Amino acid sequence: MRLSSFHGGLELPSHKAISTRTPIATLPPPQRVVLPLRQHIGHPAEVLVEVGQQVRKGDKVAAAEGYVSAPLHASISGTVTAIEERDVPHPSGLQALCIEIESDGRDEWTDALPEPTPDYQQLPAVELRNRLREAGIVGLGGAAFPTAVKLNPGDQHPIHTVIINGAECEPYISCDDMLMREQAREILSGVQIIQHILKPTRVLIGIEDNKPEAIAAMQQALASLDNSGIEIIAVPSRYPTGGEKQLIKVLTGQEVPGHGLPADIGITCHNVGTVHAVHEAIINGRPLIERVITVTGQGIEHARNLRARIGTLFSDLTDYCGGYTADASYLLMGGPMMGISLRHDQLPVIKATNCLLVASDAEIRHSGEAAPCIRCGACVDACPVNLLPQQLYWYARANDHDRIQAFDLFDCIECGCCAHVCPSHIPLVQYYRHAKTEIWQLEAQRQKADRARRRHEFRQARLEREKREKAERLARKRAALKRETRSDSSKQQAIQAALERAQARKKQLAAEAAARQSEASDDEAPR
Amino acid sequence: MEFKTLASSPYLEPTGQVSRVMQQVLLALVPGTLAAIWYFGWGVLVNLVLSILFCVAFEALTLKLRGRHPATGLRDYSAVVTAWLLALTLPQLSPWWIVLIGAFFAIVLAKQLYGGLGYNPFNPAMAAYVVLLISFPTYMTHWVAPSPIADATLGLWETLKVILGSQMSHHELFDSLTAATPLDSIRTGLTQHKTIDEIRTAPVFGDMGGLGWEWMANWYAIGGFWLIYKRIIPWQIPLTLILALGVPAGVFYLSNPDHYASPVFHIFSGGVMLGAFFIATDPVSGSTTPAGRILFAAGVGLLTFIIRTWGGYPDAIAFSVLLMNMATPLIDHYTKPRTFGHQRGE
Repeated sequence: MRLSSFHGGLELPSHKAISTRTPIATLPPPQRVVLPLRQHIGHPAEVLVEVGQQVRKGDKVAAAEGYVSAPLHASISGTVTAIEERDVPHPSGLQALCIEIESDGRDEWTDALPEPTPDYQQLPAVELRNRLREAGIVGLGGAAFPTAVKLNPGDQHPIHTVIINGAECEPYISCDDMLMREQAREILSGVQIIQHILKPTRVLIGIEDNKPEAIAAMQQALASLDNSGIEIIAVPSRYPTGGEKQLIKVLTGQEVPGHGLPADIGITCHNVGTVHAVHEAIINGRPLIERVITVTGQGIEHARNLRARIGTLFSDLTDYCGGYTADASYLLMGGPMMGISLRHDQLPVIKATNCLLVASDAEIRHSGEAAPCIRCGACVDACPVNLLPQQLYWYARANDHDRIQAFDLFDCIECGCCAHVCPSHIPLVQYYRHAKTEIWQLEAQRQKADRARRRHEFRQARLEREKREKAERLARKRAALKRETRSDSSKQQAIQAALERAQARKKQLAAEAAARQSEASDDEAPR
Repeated sequence: MEFKTLASSPYLEPTGQVSRVMQQVLLALVPGTLAAIWYFGWGVLVNLVLSILFCVAFEALTLKLRGRHPATGLRDYSAVVTAWLLALTLPQLSPWWIVLIGAFFAIVLAKQLYGGLGYNPFNPAMAAYVVLLISFPTYMTHWVAPSPIADATLGLWETLKVILGSQMSHHELFDSLTAATPLDSIRTGLTQHKTIDEIRTAPVFGDMGGLGWEWMANWYAIGGFWLIYKRIIPWQIPLTLILALGVPAGVFYLSNPDHYASPVFHIFSGGVMLGAFFIATDPVSGSTTPAGRILFAAGVGLLTFIIRTWGGYPDAIAFSVLLMNMATPLIDHYTKPRTFGHQRGE
C-alpha cells in the first residue's frame, strides 16, 4: 500500500525501550479511588450515589449528562466516602468534583452488569452503541471523546474507512505497544465489533515501524481471521503520526477539513486501547474501569506498564514501580511533547491517563530566558499542520486576534514540534494556548454582551411597541371622539337645517299671507 | 511527593540554539576569509579584528543604554556575525574610522534602534556597507590587487600602519597596491567600447571570475555547502539566487557575448557567493515563508544582474539585498503556505 505523508514532524528519540522490558503488570485493587466527574470531552457526568452508599465494582456511580458525555463506574467495591472538590490532573491546577470510594477489600463485581454477548452480530448497531455508551467508553488515546458518539456518524456521513490508531508516536509512552503485543486478539475482536456497527469497506490499523513486536503480534492474530477486511500497516516513525488527522493523511492521503471532523470525509479513527475496551464491554459485558498506563522516566525505579483501575492515585502506581529515584524532579501525565506537568502525585488516574512520566532534570528542558525570534523558520519546517509558527508568535505577542486567526491559530494541534526546534527556546505552544484562551474568553464575553444587548434591544423594542400601541390606542380614541363630535355637529346641522327649513317655511307662509293680503287689497282697491 | 512544574508542553530539551547557529555560520566563513587573507593580504585580518571589536563594543553599549544586560545579547554571537560580514565587504586598506562608522551604522542604527536581534528589517552589514559606499566612494572602491599580480604587498606591520595611521597620502604606494576590481574593469572597459574578451585579457581576471576573487568565492561556497549540510541554511536560497543571476546573464551573454559578461563570470565575481550563502540567508531580514525565501533570493539575484548590467554600480549584492528587505513584508503576506485541511487561499 502506498503511504502518504504530512508536512514537517520530527524524528524524536523514542525512549520506549525502558518501559517495554517487562509485560504489563496488573496493579492490585487500591485502597481507595477518586473518580472525577469529568474525564471526557463533553458535559460532566451526573452523580447517582450518596456519601455512605455501598457500591460494587462496575456499578454506575454517575450518569452521562447529555449526548456528548459518558457515565462513570465504581472501579472497586466499597463505600462512597466523599463527593467533593478534589485535585485532578488538569493543566489548570484547579479542583473538580469527584466521587471517592473506599475499598471493602472484596473487589466484587456488581450484579447489574450487562450480559456478556459474544454473539453480538445478532444485535443492531444502535443497541451496541448504547451498550458502549453505558460502559463509559471514551477515546483512550488521550482525547477522551465519547466513543459512542464517534460510532454514530449519522446518515449524511457514511463511514467507508475505519482507522485504528496504534501509532503511539510520542516518546516514552508504550501502553498501546504493550497492549498490542499482549492482547492483539482482543483488539481485533473490538475492531470487528466496530465493523459490525459501522459497516465500513475497509479497516486500516496504523502502527509506527518502531514497534516490530506489536506489528508481528497483530499480524499473527489477524492471520487467524478470514476475510476480515482489516489491514495492518506499518507507518514511518515520525512524531506526530499518532495525531488523528496526521495518521488519516498518512494512511489514506486525505486531509480532514480544517474545522471539520474525520466523519466529514467518511473516516473515523479509534485508538487501540479504546478498541480493546469495546471488546471488554460487548464480549465480556465489562464497563471501562481500568486501563493500561506507562509509568516511566529516569525518575522511576522500575519503568513498566501497569493495568490499573480508573481512580487509582498516581502514588499507588509509582510505589508499585519501586518508587522514585533520587533524580525525580518532574511528574508529567502524558508524554514529553503534549503532556501536562503536575505539582504532586496525589491525583487519580483518569480515562485519558496513558502515561506517567517521572522525569529527571536531565530529561527536561531548562526553562531559561527565551532569546528573540530570528525568523529562521525552523518551526515552519517542523509544523505538521503547515502553519507559520513564527508569525503566530508575532501576532500572539501583539495581541492581534484578527491576524492570528487569519494565520489559522485554531488549526494548531499543540504538538510542540515548533517549540522543540526553536533555536531561541521560545515556549511557542504556551503563547498559542494563551492566545486561544484569550480569544475564547473574548468570544464568551462578546456572546454575553450580545445576549445583554439583545435583551436590551428587545426591551427597547417592547417599550417602543408599548408606547406606539398606547399612542395608537389614544389616537383611535381621539378619532372615535372626533367622529362623535362630528355626529353631534351633523345633528346640529340637522337642527339648523330644520330650523332653517322652518324659518324658510315661516317666511314662505308669511310671504304667502302678505301676498294674499295684498291680493285682497288689490282686489278691494279696484273693486 | 511534590514536583517542580513547567508552564507548558513540550518538555524535551530543544534541539537548536541561536548562539550555536551563529557560531556555525562563523565557522563556515573561515575558509573564505582565509582565502581572502591569502589573496588580499593582512588588511582583511585587520579589518576583521577592528570590525569585531567595534561591533561588539557598540552592541554592548546600546544594550546597556536600552536597559538590557549586555552579556545576554552578546552571547548570541549575532554582533560577531555582522562584524565579520561587514569586514569582508570592506576594502583591505580602508582607514580604521571607515570600519568604525560601518560598525556604528550596522549595530546601533540598523540593528539595535529597531529593537535588536530579530527586529531589524534590513541586513545590518549590508546597510552599513551601502552607507559607506555612498558616503566614502573613493575609499570604498580602492581594492587591493590580488597577491599574484600585485606590484607590492604589505606585511602585517605596514598594513597596520596604513590602516591605523590613515596613510592614504602615500599615493604612490597606494596606487601600486590597489587595482580596479574585475567588475569595475568590465564596467570601465564597456564604456570604452571594448569587447568582453578584450577586457578580460587584463591580469586581474582569472579563469571564471577575477583572479583571487574566484577562489575566495569557491571557499565561501564550500563554507556554504557545509551550512546546508548542517541544515543551518536552506539550499533553496543560494541555488535560486545563483540561478536568478545566472539565467538572465546567460540569455544576454548568448545574445551578444561581446557586450555581456558570461554567467560564470557573474557568479564567481564580486559578492555573489558571500551574498548567496551568508547574506541572503539572513533569516531576520529575509522572507520567513518557504516560498517567500525563494522569491526573496530570486529578487536578489535578478536585481544584482540588472544593477550590474545597467545600473550605476559595478556590484549590487548589497543594494539588491536591501531592496528585497523592503519587499519582505509584502512577500511574507502573499506566500502564506496552505494550512493542512484548508484550500489554498482559505
